[in-house]
Amino acid sequence: MSDFENDYRHAKPGQSGPGVVDYLDLDTKDQTFLDATELVLNMGPQHPSTHGVLRVILKLDGEKVLGTECVIGYLHRGVEKIAENRTYAMFNPYVDRMDYVAAVSNGLGYCEAVEKLLNAEVPPRAQYIRVILTELCRIASHQVWLGTHALDIGALTPLFYCFRDREEILRIFEKYCGARLTTHAFRIGGCIYEAYDGFEQDCLKFCDAFLPKLDEYEELLTTNRIWVRRTKGVGILKPEDCIALGVTGPVLRASGVKWDLRKAQPYECYSKFDFEIPTGLNGDTYDRYLVRIEEMRQAVRIVRQAVEDLPQGPIMAKVPKVLKPPVGEVYHSIEAPKGELGYFIVSDGSLQPYRVRVRPPSFVNLQALDKMVRGLLVADVVAVIGTLDIVLGEVDR
Amino acid sequence: MPEETKEPSSVSPEPSPATKVDAAADAAAKPEITEPPRQTQSTEVPAEKPAATGAKPAAAADADAAKPAAPAAVAKPAAPAAKPAPKPEAPKPEPWDSELVSKLKAQYGSGIKEASTYVGQRYLVVDSSIVYEILLRMRDDELFDYLVDVTAVHYPKREAQFDVIYVLYSFHHNQRVRVKTQIKDGETLRSAVAIWPTANWLEREVFDMYGIGFDEHPELKRILLPEDWKGHPLRKDYPILCQDQEWVQANIGIESGQ
Repeated sequence: MSDFENDYRHAKPGQSGPGVVDYLDLDTKDQTFLDATELVLNMGPQHPSTHGVLRVILKLDGEKVLGTECVIGYLHRGVEKIAENRTYAMFNPYVDRMDYVAAVSNGLGYCEAVEKLLNAEVPPRAQYIRVILTELCRIASHQVWLGTHALDIGALTPLFYCFRDREEILRIFEKYCGARLTTHAFRIGGCIYEAYDGFEQDCLKFCDAFLPKLDEYEELLTTNRIWVRRTKGVGILKPEDCIALGVTGPVLRASGVKWDLRKAQPYECYSKFDFEIPTGLNGDTYDRYLVRIEEMRQAVRIVRQAVEDLPQGPIMAKVPKVLKPPVGEVYHSIEAPKGELGYFIVSDGSLQPYRVRVRPPSFVNLQALDKMVRGLLVADVVAVIGTLDIVLGEVDR
Repeated sequence: MPEETKEPSSVSPEPSPATKVDAAADAAAKPEITEPPRQTQSTEVPAEKPAATGAKPAAAADADAAKPAAPAAVAKPAAPAAKPAPKPEAPKPEPWDSELVSKLKAQYGSGIKEASTYVGQRYLVVDSSIVYEILLRMRDDELFDYLVDVTAVHYPKREAQFDVIYVLYSFHHNQRVRVKTQIKDGETLRSAVAIWPTANWLEREVFDMYGIGFDEHPELKRILLPEDWKGHPLRKDYPILCQDQEWVQANIGIESGQ
């Protein structure tokens, strides 16, 4: 006699206790599995819409999400430990492997933090080249986000459009430094490569060609009824919640907080450019989409201005070949495509950093997931993970 | 067009989400970002360029004047001449005097061990027993409403082996301050989760990497490493080739590559 039959035979209506479940008496509310109120569902780590190896444990009531728990660390490589065993220059390529869709930004933040320790001033031409590449990288990062986010929600076409146009940016990177994804484009003290012949023209050509394409993306999505229904009012974050949770970047701005490190604490030569910080009204997934789209337009504006003003001159500050920053601690952060990317570096005066701490925007933003998805449906979790724009390489480091 | 040029200078005062209602209202007052104007922005760029460049110094000066209290923003001390390798003049921490510091010192006395700036970045070193109070005060009274980061540094030769560092930012003042405290191995700090929910994962990471405990943390467990991993990798006495061999064999079923 099987366990099930055993249970069934002994079960009496209304009776409870270990091993006694009355599967047939549907009137007894809390004893049948059909009325089971809580279900735990494992999403990931190998799930296409978690953008890497993220595992989310969902507690569900039917299709409604009661709570989540993120399990992360599958991509942990100990980047901060590696840093303590490399010289300052040797660690530079490693930072590209954190947020690998925005490698240029990572490199910029690290180089600037070390330059601050060294008290080195980067020459203007290098600053302009850095800004151009970083803004192109912002566009590329947002394109990957848009393509995959739309794909998660069910729109297949934007993925192809975005990756098609991103190719142009990667081609510029490749011509500039030989690498497409993990570029290692900058060095501590400036840039190591001079802009290649035709760099300016390539950038301007991209800018001209890209704006109509951006309109094309919008044509596909902005007024698309399915897109609007799937994103409007989904995953709302209030501004005060954003600040309490430390959320930064487009997610913060979509909640109506007009804060961007490029304006608030300008680094490089950002104070010389004319651009706007787009903000949203409702802090929902749809607003975050609009904010990022507008950020791409603003990035194009910055690239145009930087290319037109690109000064002549050296591209490398006079930093020693062997870098030995004086004893001290520095925290420096930049506005990466995903939010505030900070580096806290402690120097003990030796060749190797004593401690490098990376403050990754994805890691902190991902913490808001639980707040955003409570009370939504399972399908919305996918939309919210997409809208947070996380890269697990950066979350886990 | 005047709006355009006005924009950069007005940014620093504007964010002030300390008054959240204002922020929302402010956003409401702005044109919705999908509105047509942005179409004109992008096409207009070449035309408005000269005007923008002309207005730049003024705007920059404005921005400087608007926040003289934020040296971290722009002030890279202009000393390119002193750079050549042989004898770089090492910047020294300088005492940081401000209303905030004197207020805190008046209240906590020797609890505030140091208040300095280094390359324009402010930091406080405080006693570990009052760090929670200081953080709470910084948020409520001084409007440092955003906890950027919590991290630690290990100095095995010191008696108080760990520095625990809280990086704070104030949207209101557009300033950063680092609050630093020193604790011995085995000592714990009161968790800041009650002040900022964002401290949750950040403190878990510090616990994971350094083994520093935080009292009253809602769920203090490892975050990046597996829960049954042995050792805390970012301690200086954890060698780079070290691994939890047993864990690797039991869970992955391979001999460790190291």
